[in-house]
Amino acid sequence: MNCYLGIDIGSISTKGVIIDDNNKIITSSYIWTEGNPVNSVKKLINILKNNLDKKYVVKGIGTTGSARKLIGLLLDANVVKNEIMAHAIGTLSIYPDVKTILEIGGQDSKIILLNNGIITDYAMNTLCAAGTGSFLSSQAKRLNINIEDFGPLALKSNNPVKIAARCTVFAESDLIHKAQVGYKKEDIVAGLCKSIVLNYLNNVGKGKKIKSPVIFQGGVSKNLGVLKYFKEILNTDVIVDSNSHLMGALGIAILSKKNSSNKIYDLNIQDVSFDTKAVDCGGCSNNCEILRIYKNNKLIDIWGNRCDKYIKN
Amino acid sequence: MGNYYIPAKYLLSHIVDADIIIPPFITAKTIELGSKYSPDFVCTPFKYTLGTMIESLEQGASILIQFGGGCRYGYYSELQEQILKELGYKFELLNLVSGKANIKRIYKMIKRIDKKFNIFKGLYHLYIAKNMVKYMDRVDDYIRKNVGFEVNKNSFDNLNKEMLDKFSKVNNPISLYILYKKYFHKFKKLKINKPKNCLKVGVIGELYTLMEPFSNYYLEKELASYNIEIKRFTNVNYLLFKNKKTIKKALRKSKKYMKYKMCADASSNIYWTKYLCNKKYDGIIHIKSSFCTPEIGSMPIIDKIANNYNVPIIYFSFDANTSEVGIKTRLEAFYDMIEMRRQ
Repeated sequence: MNCYLGIDIGSISTKGVIIDDNNKIITSSYIWTEGNPVNSVKKLINILKNNLDKKYVVKGIGTTGSARKLIGLLLDANVVKNEIMAHAIGTLSIYPDVKTILEIGGQDSKIILLNNGIITDYAMNTLCAAGTGSFLSSQAKRLNINIEDFGPLALKSNNPVKIAARCTVFAESDLIHKAQVGYKKEDIVAGLCKSIVLNYLNNVGKGKKIKSPVIFQGGVSKNLGVLKYFKEILNTDVIVDSNSHLMGALGIAILSKKNSSNKIYDLNIQDVSFDTKAVDCGGCSNNCEILRIYKNNKLIDIWGNRCDKYIKN
Repeated sequence: MGNYYIPAKYLLSHIVDADIIIPPFITAKTIELGSKYSPDFVCTPFKYTLGTMIESLEQGASILIQFGGGCRYGYYSELQEQILKELGYKFELLNLVSGKANIKRIYKMIKRIDKKFNIFKGLYHLYIAKNMVKYMDRVDDYIRKNVGFEVNKNSFDNLNKEMLDKFSKVNNPISLYILYKKYFHKFKKLKINKPKNCLKVGVIGELYTLMEPFSNYYLEKELASYNIEIKRFTNVNYLLFKNKKTIKKALRKSKKYMKYKMCADASSNIYWTKYLCNKKYDGIIHIKSSFCTPEIGSMPIIDKIANNYNVPIIYFSFDANTSEVGIKTRLEAFYDMIEMRRQ
């Protein structure tokens, strides 16, 4: 039987799903990227492979997320696409009538508006990582709370503190001040969750008409506190799917299914060596950073040149 | 800025007896130099021009000419002059930005460079340079519409280079006109593979970022690689000769959205947004440098128009060190979106 692999390599976590011909998820996995996408993908594929029945053959691989290009090369993927498309396609496969997708990930956040299954508008955060997962996790560390306990703790609070939502630096100094004057931990945590929502709606969602059904996904959607304030502030129901963290990977797997040919992919990549060597060109004052990608010590691609001096041959 | 150094050099080299130094093309070093000596929160064109000035001075320039205006730019040259003087460069700045740009003042300035300057000769060559800009802009407009569909890679680029090289050697308006006609014909003969209902995108925004490809990370090239027809209104011909007329027209045609004239090109951009929406373009891309105040003022209105007409619009704000990958991701998604909407 045919199956298709979709991998979403984000800044914080790496997600992978394998689907069958009916877009049903056969197996999935979610692990930390730990700053090394190649290793984490190797690990991820190993997990997926062990869970996969022998009767399946992989007919397509798709990659998305910030390391999509590199991993696409590594796996020889047939589809390499941006996260916006992947998330929209993945969500549409489960909720065909979705109108708004709110997505908050580790380093970025985005909003996608759809109408009749077509993307009509989207936006991504522009300036900084304020209001994303990495901000939440660094603050959780500062408060000495497990990120898993963050949501339930926030729900206990009836009086969330006000925290400047515009920028992480201001938010952090605000947070320290509130802690030093003796606010309860749960009030601070709830305030943080609320500030994420406000920041998101003010920056990413600015000027966008949010219509229901609204779907909230990405790693942060697992945080019950953030979800609560989204519901409260938008004054509408916000759906979080049980696979909300996997939507990007699911979407790219579906796209890979659409583009699949008869090629059969091998998932034995544990022994493949994959290296990136960087060199400053120095040919002119642009001084491009040239990246050479080697697979099993063979040069397979060159990135980063502005002129034609370095061309793969 | 783009290829406009050619008419500028033509004009100066024909009216004054001086060595004209063309500053090196903008590279990563230019912006690095510019950012190093600029205030951090100034808009990006300031950094680019300051970097270019430093590079020209290093090459031995003794006189710099600054031209432009409309927004904060009017205040630039004074500040840049001061920064450069404090860095220890010795030069003279012909400041056509601040103060009145009347003929008498310009005449006096040029007379200072070259005592033998003849005003009639000057006006004659100004006329040629003006036409050159006009022709270049017309050719550019054609290129933008078709370069995404070229059959032979770089055919448009190469022909354009050849034409500009010929342009820089003309000496009367008639031979310039003949050259222009000849090359325009050649451009039309270049093989293209353009479907009838191709995707069309309009590019609007702040002038410097629009016209200097390095500062917008070769956005138009990237768009062309997706087989998109591009429409851009802002060019030097518009800025120098059609600016006032367009703004008047803009105020008349988009009364519903603005009452008064806005700074720099903001009113024109509002009018163009409406125009693009009416012409059923598939999408609009608005680009500006960070901290560009006039465009920040125009964006909410542009947003409203695009919403009313249900045309997708995307905004880019470029600074000295914007992540190129981020731009590519957003552009790719934009392309996917407008293609999906088509189907």
